[in-house]
Amino acid sequence: MKKLQSILATDCGSTTTKAILIEFIDGEYRLRFRGEAPTTVEAPFEDVTRGVLNAVMEVEELSSRKLLEGEKIITPHKDNEGVDIYVSTSSAGGGLQMMVAGVVKSMSGESAERAALGAGSIVMDVLASNDGRKPHEKITRIRQLRPDMILLSGGIDGGTTKHVVELAEILKAANPQPRLGSDYKLPVIYAGNNKARDEISKTLGEQTDLTIVENIRPILERENLNPSRDKIHDLFMEHVMQQAPGYNKLMSWTDAPIMPTPGAVGSLIEMIAEEENISVVGVDIGGATTDIFSVFQNQFNRTVSANLGMSYSICNVLAEASLKNVLRWVPLDMDEKELTNRIGNKMIRPTTVPQSMEELKIEQAIAREALRLSFIQHKSFAVNLKGVQKERTISDAFEQSDSGLSLVNMMELDLLVGSGGVLSHAPRREQSARMLIDSFLPEGITQLAVDSIFMMPQLGVLANIDQKDLAESARKAALEVFNKDCLIRLGTCVAPVGKANVGDEILSVTLAMQDGSEKQVILHQGELLAIPAEYEPINATLNPAKGMDVGAGKNEQINTTVYGGVIGLVFDGRGRPFNLPVENDKRISSLNIWSNAMNEYPDEIK
Amino acid sequence: MAHAYTPGLKVLESTSVKKERRLPLKGEVLVDKGADVVPEKIVARTHLPGNVQMVNVANLLNVDAQDVPEFMLIDLGKNILKGDLLAETKGLFGLFKSEVKSPVDGILESVSKVTGQVVIREAPIPVEIDAYMNGNVSEVMDKEGVVISSNGVFIQGIFGMGGENRGDLRVLVDNREEELTEKMISNDMKGCVIVGGSHISLNTYKKAISVGVAAVVVGGFNYHDLEDILGYTLGVAITGSEEIGTSLIITEGYGKIPMGARSFDILKKYDGNFTSVNGATQIRAGVIRPEIVIPFNDVDDLDSIVMNSEGGITEGSLVRVIRSPYFGHIGTVTSLPHELQKMESETMVRVAEVKIDNQDFVIPRANLEMVETS
Repeated sequence: MKKLQSILATDCGSTTTKAILIEFIDGEYRLRFRGEAPTTVEAPFEDVTRGVLNAVMEVEELSSRKLLEGEKIITPHKDNEGVDIYVSTSSAGGGLQMMVAGVVKSMSGESAERAALGAGSIVMDVLASNDGRKPHEKITRIRQLRPDMILLSGGIDGGTTKHVVELAEILKAANPQPRLGSDYKLPVIYAGNNKARDEISKTLGEQTDLTIVENIRPILERENLNPSRDKIHDLFMEHVMQQAPGYNKLMSWTDAPIMPTPGAVGSLIEMIAEEENISVVGVDIGGATTDIFSVFQNQFNRTVSANLGMSYSICNVLAEASLKNVLRWVPLDMDEKELTNRIGNKMIRPTTVPQSMEELKIEQAIAREALRLSFIQHKSFAVNLKGVQKERTISDAFEQSDSGLSLVNMMELDLLVGSGGVLSHAPRREQSARMLIDSFLPEGITQLAVDSIFMMPQLGVLANIDQKDLAESARKAALEVFNKDCLIRLGTCVAPVGKANVGDEILSVTLAMQDGSEKQVILHQGELLAIPAEYEPINATLNPAKGMDVGAGKNEQINTTVYGGVIGLVFDGRGRPFNLPVENDKRISSLNIWSNAMNEYPDEIK
Repeated sequence: MAHAYTPGLKVLESTSVKKERRLPLKGEVLVDKGADVVPEKIVARTHLPGNVQMVNVANLLNVDAQDVPEFMLIDLGKNILKGDLLAETKGLFGLFKSEVKSPVDGILESVSKVTGQVVIREAPIPVEIDAYMNGNVSEVMDKEGVVISSNGVFIQGIFGMGGENRGDLRVLVDNREEELTEKMISNDMKGCVIVGGSHISLNTYKKAISVGVAAVVVGGFNYHDLEDILGYTLGVAITGSEEIGTSLIITEGYGKIPMGARSFDILKKYDGNFTSVNGATQIRAGVIRPEIVIPFNDVDDLDSIVMNSEGGITEGSLVRVIRSPYFGHIGTVTSLPHELQKMESETMVRVAEVKIDNQDFVIPRANLEMVETS
């Protein structure tokens, strides 16, 4: 096994290319330097490597270490020059845009969507035999969208072939053209009923670049996403990236295949959940989209809310959430017309930053709604397999448990990780914690964290290197840097669930701190409390009041270990479900009390 | 001297304007390199594959999919008219026949033995592209389109709606602060590109549409009025395909904001000239801003015009603030400190010190836009 001494990793985003330098120093891998530069996929440069070189040059200057020989990254590392490996992710040029098709929308259609999302793509549409659209409507849609790639699935192995072949005939009739480059055939992956392979080849073999992989749903009870996901990654490299300006050169520089950015982040989240055997929700809120990743019951899911973001699509958050829902988080009286014009101006001038406290509060109010809506979408997608026949006992009949239930269980959630500008770069970490708590509404005991400078993509691709001699060392480096430099532990949120009246005592807590002292906390309904505590184990005894549940069931005491962080321990007694007071005065007063409790804003302008 | 790059919209009085006119699919280019063109001139055309109709003959005839070919009355690749018999069963002693008629005019493209589906493709759809503006064909992209070049005014707006339009320029206000009102718009402005100052209300814009004005250029418009025009809430600034008749270009932003002095002065100077505009806006990677092009008629020598270059902000630059709390104010940069500074919001940012009306302000550089002065 090769021991890596230094690693250079870049993420080519749609607007910025970010480079990080990781070094092995004093027995551990640490992030040493970071540089960034505008992405150069579009005119006048039309060569992604320009932006990469500019970002690497910034790292070179900061580290006083020679990384480039002309326009080439120096590998391997020698003395104070070069790096051992270079890896990269990319979402430039709109990322990977796919269309998926399945026979039954809620079964093979959903499985195909899960595979495509898991591989890091944006799913533009899900075609299905039963989606209610007529064939000519489907054909028009396929032509309009011009995806980078299509994933076709449908039918269990050995089952009826007619419906999936019908879908293939629709694809053939549409004759879709790829988005990038007019001189190559559109890649189509077939991952459906194995009995239909010959017919699918006959139908699509000539017109498209067809690849056949194992069925995504070989039997109703089992999803088999990996062969499709792997093939999507391969084709992303072979076809889509080949067409993007400068990527041929970039691919020749990297020591491992380039991954789509969200695919890399997702795999990192999956890895953390596996390593620590915990349930995780990760969110990346960007200017145009919000990605949510989750691992519950060892099942990974990713969703992209394509038009919920903080700049390019900020007005869409307003449209989807309603002005009323955005305004409820703003502790000020505002003229609605003035507010909508301000938000509109952020959309058309997306690079501006909030200068006044009022502007910051408005942005953070919108972020809460963007996160809330994205999470609703995620919960409805991250579900048990639909269509599975289950043996039911008499007790199940009373519980009404069924297939298609959401896997997301907030009481079960162990770690909530936020990233993206509005969360990672909030002036105070208390604001990030509040945004995460208000929009995700964790229940019971949940650790909170943010990505310090959004380096999860680079760490994700590093953790996924396949080459045997590098894999172990690269994965170790990714995990160490993730824990030491990437993840900022905010603390732990404790939120009891149950019915109570405002002012009722709902939880009493005894904390045995590391310095030997003991702290008592009494939480009342409607209260939000923050107790400073470092990121270290604290023995906690939690006694919920009658009818309240803090994780072990109603009225059940819990003895456990909790961790603080840069915020400490947050006790949220505002109730689940959470409702803000309806009266304007009370609402503003409550928001200000909670902000003060968390020290969210400076005193003079609270 | 300290220097900073900021976003800035192009406001150029005399420049070389190049417009690519590209077909969605390969086709035929109809003009030669060097030819002079007028906006209406068709420069390239192609045919998009016709729409497709799928007919499930097996289901309609109630036969097995694999038997469908033997019941087809039309050969593959042959034309068929709407209502003509497409397939027919033999029936019993010639009676009780089932039949399927073609739902459209087209060509029989395929017959599937697996699904019993028959594909009929309608006639190709012609697509033509015009020259958009007065100019000269400076480049021909084989089978794909052309580049039209001209010398003239080129002004970008911040946001627009509606696609390409053109007409004579009519400046209807005396100064850039003045609001465009209903009274100013008359029937003789049909087909014109009209210019206002700080704002246009929803009712005034509707009047412009009813008169048949080609386009409105103005400083600001209310965001929430967009819904009334578009029929939906604009969530993402991607526009250009709406069929509203009268394109709208706002130069400054949402709200009531005087048009930038330089834009207004140029438009005033060329009042009456033939103007091409495009309201299409895409604020994403690959940003597209709406534009106003006024080609010059009397200048032939492309090289004689020097293209204004986009520069960054330096001390002494004239800048406009593009975000609250000083949105719309214009001032002069007095200093560009290197260190990050803490704003009232506690955000740490690179700033510029700006003198506005003889008062000094510290403003994030990201919230400034260069006002071009030459």
